[in-house]
Amino acid sequence: MYVAVKGGEAAIDNAHRLLAEVRRGDPTVPELTVAQIREQMALLVDRVMAEGSLHDPDLAALALKQTRGDVVEAVFLVRAFRTTLPRFGASVPLDTGAMTLTRRISATFKDLPGGQVLGPTFDYTHRLVDFALAEQGDPEPAAEAEPRADAALTPRVTDLLGRDGLIESSPPDDGAPLGDITREPVDYPCDRATRLQALARGDEGFILALGYATQRGYGRTHPFVGEVRVGHVAVEFVPEELGFPVPLGTVPVTECQMVNQFKGSRAVPPQFTRGYGLAFGQSERKAMAMALVDRALRAEELGEPIVSPAQDQEFVLAHCDSLQATGFVEHLKLPHYVDFQAELELVRRMRAEFEDAREAAE
Amino acid sequence: MPDRNRGTVQDPEIESRRAVMALCAAATEAELAEAVTACGEPEAEDIRLPEVGLVMATGRIGGDGRPFNLGEVSVTRAAVRLADGRTGFAYHLGRDRRRARVAAILDALWQGEGDRRGVEAALAGIARRTAEATVAQARRTAATRVDFLTLARGED
Repeated sequence: MYVAVKGGEAAIDNAHRLLAEVRRGDPTVPELTVAQIREQMALLVDRVMAEGSLHDPDLAALALKQTRGDVVEAVFLVRAFRTTLPRFGASVPLDTGAMTLTRRISATFKDLPGGQVLGPTFDYTHRLVDFALAEQGDPEPAAEAEPRADAALTPRVTDLLGRDGLIESSPPDDGAPLGDITREPVDYPCDRATRLQALARGDEGFILALGYATQRGYGRTHPFVGEVRVGHVAVEFVPEELGFPVPLGTVPVTECQMVNQFKGSRAVPPQFTRGYGLAFGQSERKAMAMALVDRALRAEELGEPIVSPAQDQEFVLAHCDSLQATGFVEHLKLPHYVDFQAELELVRRMRAEFEDAREAAE
Repeated sequence: MPDRNRGTVQDPEIESRRAVMALCAAATEAELAEAVTACGEPEAEDIRLPEVGLVMATGRIGGDGRPFNLGEVSVTRAAVRLADGRTGFAYHLGRDRRRARVAAILDALWQGEGDRRGVEAALAGIARRTAEATVAQARRTAATRVDFLTLARGED
């Protein structure tokens, strides 16, 4: 049991003042602006938005400035901020099929309708440090080309396979009410929608490690990247007073359709199964790892033996949230004097009993 | 190029209003303020003070299946009434209250048949800018289009 302590107010105030000064760093170096972080640390901002579970690039950039670039602390600030705001409602479900694409690749079909576009990617770079970047200067302008006629029509790869029945279709929208883990605690076992909400806001490193573990044999799912698409998708919301979907603007998202093997069963002919990942921003690693873990967590539904952590929904969901995890780990450094005093007493008593018993035996 | 970022609803009047709302959502506060000035800067009272809140963005499992909660987006809303009783609304991503309020004034103006063309004309510059940005983005993306070839493995 945790027993509160008091005192230390002046030291705490001074520690926070010191933090502010240290955060600023060397005052002869120009101070970062929020816009610089938003524009030039964009993928870090995306990560804070994804795990903070709030799309607001300026807020995420400001949080990163305040936390000296500590991602989990920044997520904490974003999550705390959202609790101060009213919720107007839920959006119309995003139509990722109608995204304006800046990147789209498939590892399963080289000639998909609408084509593959690499967009701004680290893939195929040599991963050599570019020392020229240590100096300031503008890059050469991006190349341009006339979009081909088919570029405007980019169906999801899974829709193509789906037409032949070779791949399972998405679970239908049965109009059932949607649970929300920010409102109610998770009840296990929980449905796939609840799992995806948790994974979407889950820690990228944790989900990456679990996804990796499935590839290495701990809950194998034989994945292929059916498609990764990155771009901007419209967000629409139906306000009560208007009664029609109002366009709020567009948000950047990354979607991953993982295509997995499935042998079929007596009732179901052999077909590919699927895992799904979706995240705010250009967050490919996150979306891919999420899709791997989403598929792994369907083990029970698909009659697969549950033998590894990535297939265990309580294990995954209860531990994937970086804020919850850091809260419980980091609370250990807060004063536990009374707890520890009690343990100390107990150990002393047990040692005394141990010594007594030994003396009696001699 | 058609705007692929918007769904459609059946009523053409609502569809036109949505198009104006989408333009306002893509505009800067300065652009919208300029448009309101061009429309004669009408007096407007707040039905509700501009307010920052959240909308839970939902996705669909597999892209087209059952909905799930992706995460929230910050949204600012405003509602105004003009002197002649017309009301206007705005809901925008982000936390810019002033921008939402001027967009609500433009929405209110647009409700009057007589002002409709004036509002759309005032927003034409924004439409042009966003269309040009979309085309430029599409051209840069198109330059990265890739045709992968499968190499023969040299086994007969």
